[in-house]
Amino acid sequence: MKAFFKHKNGLIGGAMIGFIFVVALAAFFWTPYNPLAINLHIRLQPPSATHWLGTDEFGRDVLSRVMAGAAASGTVALLSVISAVGLGLFMGVVAGFFRNWVDRVLMAINDTLLAFPGILFALGVMMIVGANKWGIIIALGLAYTPTVVRVVRGTVLSIREKEYVEASRMIGNSELVTMLRHVLPNCAAPVAVLTTSMVGWVLLSESALSFLGLGVPPPAPTWGNMLASSRQYMQSAVWLSLAPGLCIALTLLGINLLGDAVRDKLDPRMVVA
Amino acid sequence: MNIPNLLSVESLKLISSVNGKTLVDNVSYNLCAGEVLAMVGESGSGKTLAARAILGLLPPGIAPSEGRILMNGEDLLQVNSARMRAMRGAQIGMVFQEPMMSLNPAVRIGIQMAEGLRLHTQLTAAQIEARCLEILERVRIRDPKRCLMAYPHEFSGGMRQRIMLASVMLLKPRLLIADEPTTALDTLSQGEVLDLMTELAREEGTAVLLITHNLGLVARYAQRAVVMNKGVLVETGDVKQVLYSPVNSYTRKLIEALPRRGPVLTDSGVKTPLIEARNLSVSYRDNKPGWWRKGRVRKVLDSVNLTVHEGETVAVVGGSGSGKTTLGRAMLRLIASSGGGVFFRGHSIDGNNAKQFRLACQLVFQDPYSSLNPRQRIGDIVAEPLKLVRNISKQEASQRVIQTLQDVGLDGLALRFPHELSGGQRQRVAIARAIVRRPAFIVADEPVSALDMSVQAQVLALFQSLQKAYGFACLFISHDLAAVEQVSDRVVVMESGRIVEQGSRDTVFDQPQHAYTRALLAATPAL
Repeated sequence: MKAFFKHKNGLIGGAMIGFIFVVALAAFFWTPYNPLAINLHIRLQPPSATHWLGTDEFGRDVLSRVMAGAAASGTVALLSVISAVGLGLFMGVVAGFFRNWVDRVLMAINDTLLAFPGILFALGVMMIVGANKWGIIIALGLAYTPTVVRVVRGTVLSIREKEYVEASRMIGNSELVTMLRHVLPNCAAPVAVLTTSMVGWVLLSESALSFLGLGVPPPAPTWGNMLASSRQYMQSAVWLSLAPGLCIALTLLGINLLGDAVRDKLDPRMVVA
Repeated sequence: MNIPNLLSVESLKLISSVNGKTLVDNVSYNLCAGEVLAMVGESGSGKTLAARAILGLLPPGIAPSEGRILMNGEDLLQVNSARMRAMRGAQIGMVFQEPMMSLNPAVRIGIQMAEGLRLHTQLTAAQIEARCLEILERVRIRDPKRCLMAYPHEFSGGMRQRIMLASVMLLKPRLLIADEPTTALDTLSQGEVLDLMTELAREEGTAVLLITHNLGLVARYAQRAVVMNKGVLVETGDVKQVLYSPVNSYTRKLIEALPRRGPVLTDSGVKTPLIEARNLSVSYRDNKPGWWRKGRVRKVLDSVNLTVHEGETVAVVGGSGSGKTTLGRAMLRLIASSGGGVFFRGHSIDGNNAKQFRLACQLVFQDPYSSLNPRQRIGDIVAEPLKLVRNISKQEASQRVIQTLQDVGLDGLALRFPHELSGGQRQRVAIARAIVRRPAFIVADEPVSALDMSVQAQVLALFQSLQKAYGFACLFISHDLAAVEQVSDRVVVMESGRIVEQGSRDTVFDQPQHAYTRALLAATPAL
């Protein structure tokens, strides 16, 4: 019974993410209207048959902007998570496995970074790199790396004490092979959970940065800067904030559902032979 | 016997509400005051469940469906939870298997011990303390006053189990349930704990239900025994009758599975030394007490000299903390030595022959659950050591893997994952991994102590037959003298990092010289 619900949740999450992914991909090639085309005759129109999600303060089609925003926000979230997990995995495994001065140096750096709130750190990086798409990706990637390092190092520390790691040394495997073949694969489950939830956090951070005016600069749409510019019209044109807000919320929900399912799938013990 | 029964369990049946399976069926037995009844069975036989039902402490989803548990005429299956709570501790005490887990690590011993008395009696704080001190002295804890103020982590496993026993016996229960109370302890502490337990029980007239899988303990401490298999009580009676003239075929199987001394060995001329430890020492530095001071150096292995010849089995025995595991790891060069050296076929192990040495030596671990990578299939686990062997073709390698899996009796399981196998099967995988490269020397660190009795016998027999077939030498590390007696050619006895006695198996077992060896042998229960 329990397994059935888990399975179903994973499917629902997968379907939600899949849909958003397809829409985002499509937005690279086609949107109902040009998301940047300004038409002041049709400012702030509520949803209608011609503009399904209404229009914004410059008369731009909200549906088109949400679609284009999905592409932009999705790229940022995906690329920064990939870089954070990649870098974090490398640093975490190295620190956890060698546990000598390498560990101490890496962890000292890491703990310093952890001491800053992620968003503040990202702000600092953006100052240096510049407020554009690549700046956000680098900033958010670096901001979330320390969390990954902590989780990975902790997992590695517990796994390296397992007897199968000693068995691998006993066989005569080098430290590198031992690490790649016996330690790394067993980190997969916690890292998968972290990765999926991190996509959500990064999406939120991107919105927060855009909200502060440090994200992808207008007029290019992202969910974050759409939400930011909609706040003046919260009373008069509620669809302006509802559209990107619901998109963010539903994406997070889908990702979390999918994440739980992925974790179960990755554990060989959960697969009934 | 006309002593009235203290406890009588009548056709108890436990079923799981999850899948409706019957876990314990039609179990009946009696227990008189002052008597020790042993409940024997392997894992999964339902012995723990049957005992927990008495206390009403069944895991969720398991409930009694039939039968009665009468204690002094009162049916414990019918009483309400308030009455049950009043009975627990005061009337029925329980000692658990894992002394590391059953004491709360965050609470001082004194407070934990006083808890029962505060709940079940009207004694004053001073009276409670006096009673605690008295019983701690009784279980031979040194400095009981300090013990009351101490935390559980300050004591060894054996001492913790004695403290646990003291705090249970403090309430003078009528019935004591001891669930594998010494399985986690070494032979010497096992003897101490059980001697104390039976002594206290005799004095107070407490009936003891001793749950165990160790038939030696049954013979030494119990008057009557019941044998359980797959949830059914298969045999019950006087200990002598159950152990020496068993009626049931399962009981007979259990008794036949006990390790026995192998045939007398005929010395076949001069043997060549394979691996030698010369003045081997290992020391650790304690955790630093402060920022600037250096930790104390502790010698775990102190100038050990040991030679293992080609094809022979040398057993290393000793209590926990004697350094036997360290000796095994140090001889394999898995931990760095602080003095002395290891010589392989007469050469010191360095740069050039280190690789040769590594390829020729293997290790079998105690715990088959953590020694196999949960993400590798059985076939891959066994094949992995061959990847490092040069001049072996792919075809030869896979042939060798199939052959080895057959040797250990696991043919056809190559595609399974470790979690799909039983403990005994996993240990066979670990053995297959160790022998697939045809090593000259294997260290087996407590290879059977995590397994059930009948499985132990199978694995030991397998080990011996493999040794005969492939002729590797073996360092057999164990605290179980019975297993040692079955497999070893020579025996080495260790105490606090030193070898105190070594000799041929028959000499050590029949004419032990050192006091420590004699204590170990005396503490080993045998039929």
